[in-house]
Amino acid sequence: MELCSFLTLDSFIKDPLTHDFMRKALLMSSLVAAVCGFLSSYLTLKGWALMGDAVSHSVMPGVVVAYALGLPFSLGAFIFGVGSVALIGFIKQKSRVKEDTVIGLVFTGFFALGIVLVSKIKSNIDLHSILFGSPLGISLSDVKQTILISLLVVILLSIFRKDLMLYCFDPRHAKTVGINVFFLHYLLLTCLSLAAVVGLQSVGIILVVAMLITPGATAYLLTDKFDNMTVISVLSAIISSLIGIYVSFWFDLETGGSIVLAQTFIFLFAFLFAPRYGIFKLKKLFAGYK
Amino acid sequence: METINYQNFRIEAENICVDYNGKVALYDANLRLKPGQICGLVGMNGAGKTTFFNALTGFVNISKGKIRINGESVRSAQKDQTIAYVPQNEGIDSQFPISVWDVVMMGRYGSMNIFRCPRESDVQAVKDAIERVDLTDHLSTPIGNLSGGQRKRTFLARAIAQRASILLLDEPFSGVDIRTEKLISELFIQFKNEGKTILLSTHDMIHVREFCDLVLLINKTVVAYGETSEVFTPENITTTFGGISPDSLFGPES
Repeated sequence: MELCSFLTLDSFIKDPLTHDFMRKALLMSSLVAAVCGFLSSYLTLKGWALMGDAVSHSVMPGVVVAYALGLPFSLGAFIFGVGSVALIGFIKQKSRVKEDTVIGLVFTGFFALGIVLVSKIKSNIDLHSILFGSPLGISLSDVKQTILISLLVVILLSIFRKDLMLYCFDPRHAKTVGINVFFLHYLLLTCLSLAAVVGLQSVGIILVVAMLITPGATAYLLTDKFDNMTVISVLSAIISSLIGIYVSFWFDLETGGSIVLAQTFIFLFAFLFAPRYGIFKLKKLFAGYK
Repeated sequence: METINYQNFRIEAENICVDYNGKVALYDANLRLKPGQICGLVGMNGAGKTTFFNALTGFVNISKGKIRINGESVRSAQKDQTIAYVPQNEGIDSQFPISVWDVVMMGRYGSMNIFRCPRESDVQAVKDAIERVDLTDHLSTPIGNLSGGQRKRTFLARAIAQRASILLLDEPFSGVDIRTEKLISELFIQFKNEGKTILLSTHDMIHVREFCDLVLLINKTVVAYGETSEVFTPENITTTFGGISPDSLFGPES
């Protein structure tokens, strides 16, 4: 029966909407995608992909502890997210180990701590949903929290949009004209931790970094204007979320993985066919020289 | 127009030291510059030129010594938009998705409200600055599509738009075309007449003789400082560059 209704695009789109959990998943994932996509422009331009990976993995023990203590998981995640970055900075400064090594060892350490804690704290924490996300099984309290955090991040990023752009582009100039670079650094870090927290509900801790870098990278290939980059990044993130959820519904696939795969395909499309920076644009150029 | 007292010091750096996690980058460095003076900062790579700039802009903290800008602290100089920094081309991400207009507008950020909404006066300042560096045809060009010289002019325009009275220029002549070099040297004369103070780092000995009233030779600390005609001697240059004679560095000079 499902196959029959699958045949028309109309029912492909409308049928899942009859389910309450699907409507919720589509809405929440779009919101989360928009937040991560917004932040993504900054992270890709700042070169913070590895930092995004580190922070998103490091929030794991925070989420577990918060769950166990009955606190909002965003609080725990935030503390461990920012804490991991502080620890990375401290170890880097006090030892001769190179930065990427320090980042790698700190976040895997935090992540491992999280996994060990899950096995020790016998509660109703669902390891699978933390690791791989569960947009279809999101609870009401999670919905509220996600909306609040998302709004907070969007408001912060909107207010400091231009300052953050300047911080990513030329922090020295920012400092020279009296802009608080220290504040902006931690603002971006805070937004990163918060976005990781909301993002992990959609795609899980392991893949959340994709939400934070792929949309920005895609947009970077498509435009030379910062504002356009932000818009494209947000749109591509939302579209991938919708595609991912629909595809996972109809073909019974892991939802988080599907969302990230959709993002990856959109990136590949931009990589190949972007008007200015795509591969085939290059080929045309070479053909022109012949 | 503010009146300029040409006798007061714009920049006073006294015995400043900078270290990065215990590694000394600069020590016991002194510098005093007045309005309308152009000073060349000369030294090897790693001699502390960029560190000196960073200390003056407050981008790094000094561990010892004192810096006064117009008689006040670096912090208040930042607030007053007193210092503009023009980075070397390698120091910026040329692939950043940003236009000439947006970069120059960044020169106005420090005096805007928190949302950085340009007022009419900001727009006018940016327009004027871009016109002075002859980039009016490239207002919306992404900086990635500019030549090295045009990019250098963009950042000069940002400093002009900022209306700073002190300009710090990191290798202003490296990797620029002849047209840009000519334009920059004309701007230097204008800046001097406007009473701006300029500190520029350069590898090119000819530019020092051509533009700089004063020269500061450094190698982790000040090797020599004073009028270019007196201080910029082969012996001092040799000392600055760690015993290598200027001839072998730059070819024989007359």
